[in-house]
Amino acid sequence: MIELDARRLMCPMPVIKTQNIIKTLSTGDKVRVTCTDPGVMQDIPAWCRINGHTVLKTEEIDHEYILIIKVGSD
Amino acid sequence: MATQRKAVALISGGLDSLLAAKVMLEQGVHVEGINFYTGFCVEGHTHAIRKKDKAKPKRNNALWSAEKLGIKLHIIDIIEEYKDVLINPKHGYGANMNPCLDCKIFMVGKAKQWAEENGFDFIITGEVIGQRPMSQRKETMPVISEESGADDLLLRPLCAQNLPETKPEREGWVNRDELYDFSGRTRKPQMALAEKFGFEDYAQPAGGCCFLTDKSYSVKLTDLWASRGKRDYEIDDIMLLKVGRHLRPKPNFKLIVAREEGENNFLQGYKKQFITLRTMSHKGPLTLLDGTASDEDLKLAAQIVARFSQGRDAETVDVEVAEKGVNKNFSVTPLKADQIQDSWRV
Repeated sequence: MIELDARRLMCPMPVIKTQNIIKTLSTGDKVRVTCTDPGVMQDIPAWCRINGHTVLKTEEIDHEYILIIKVGSD
Repeated sequence: MATQRKAVALISGGLDSLLAAKVMLEQGVHVEGINFYTGFCVEGHTHAIRKKDKAKPKRNNALWSAEKLGIKLHIIDIIEEYKDVLINPKHGYGANMNPCLDCKIFMVGKAKQWAEENGFDFIITGEVIGQRPMSQRKETMPVISEESGADDLLLRPLCAQNLPETKPEREGWVNRDELYDFSGRTRKPQMALAEKFGFEDYAQPAGGCCFLTDKSYSVKLTDLWASRGKRDYEIDDIMLLKVGRHLRPKPNFKLIVAREEGENNFLQGYKKQFITLRTMSHKGPLTLLDGTASDEDLKLAAQIVARFSQGRDAETVDVEVAEKGVNKNFSVTPLKADQIQDSWRV
């Protein structure tokens, strides 16, 4: 699992960081993104839907928002 | 069978870019979106700040547009490169600190570069002649095409029939007859086209999609540059211009006073970078001090912060000033309302 720390970044920067790291990964790889902007709970899943990736899990722990993403085929 | 051509669409999140991309999809063109993040975009980054805004989660309209269109969206961070556009705009500013024409030239140029790197044939925008007073005029359309380097690979589907033929039209990649001739500030043709395509609930930002078109934001940016004696900024600077009440009681320092809980929480993230003030004897806002301050200045700052606390009518308010791990405590008389000078408000 690749870890991406996007804490203290405001949207859309966590989306951009997620996009940029996924570009370097292969189909089926997983990335865990940790953020503090609650906007990511809407924006990262939207970005994943349109770009063919799957959000496996989202959770909020102590004001941190965590998303686990599985990289799609394209 | 003809090769399917590929267009990269500048997607701002507004209606015009949504429609322009849709017009291309209707003609069988493969479209992917590109969205540039300058740091001044109204989209995003205000999601989390003000508590009152949290009840209604704000969507990112560029992502929403892409999802409606069923296209990919590439969001590009241009914060660093954009500084030169804002600080040295060849074509000047609009009504506020908005360098709209230089901005459009820059973005189209970046889109062209992206298109070349990714094997795309041409670039589309949602521009409409006469729609915007600075960048979208008949005489600026060729300027954008030429200075961006896109030349006749830049197609504006919503007003193409009012403009010279571009390569995608000449080569038959798109059918010019099925493009549009919109012009002027009216939104009616766009709204009718949106209805035809079945788009509802699209974004209609009142002041455009950039904070630089906002008067009060531009005043704060100008003040920031004047106080520092140079026209430069970092991302934290431009974020903080959007938050809190800004007061400059003296040329050497400015106070950023949180207005509510959400801003208080946001400013907490800057405690290590700034001198901070908070009231100890009464509830009050977290305040950042940007600049340098003598003890006398700190006392004045404490009196101002006390004014915005629940102890505003008390005889004294205790204020803690923290700088690089060192705390100083002041017991001050809050300023009265009429002692907060209008000229301090940025």
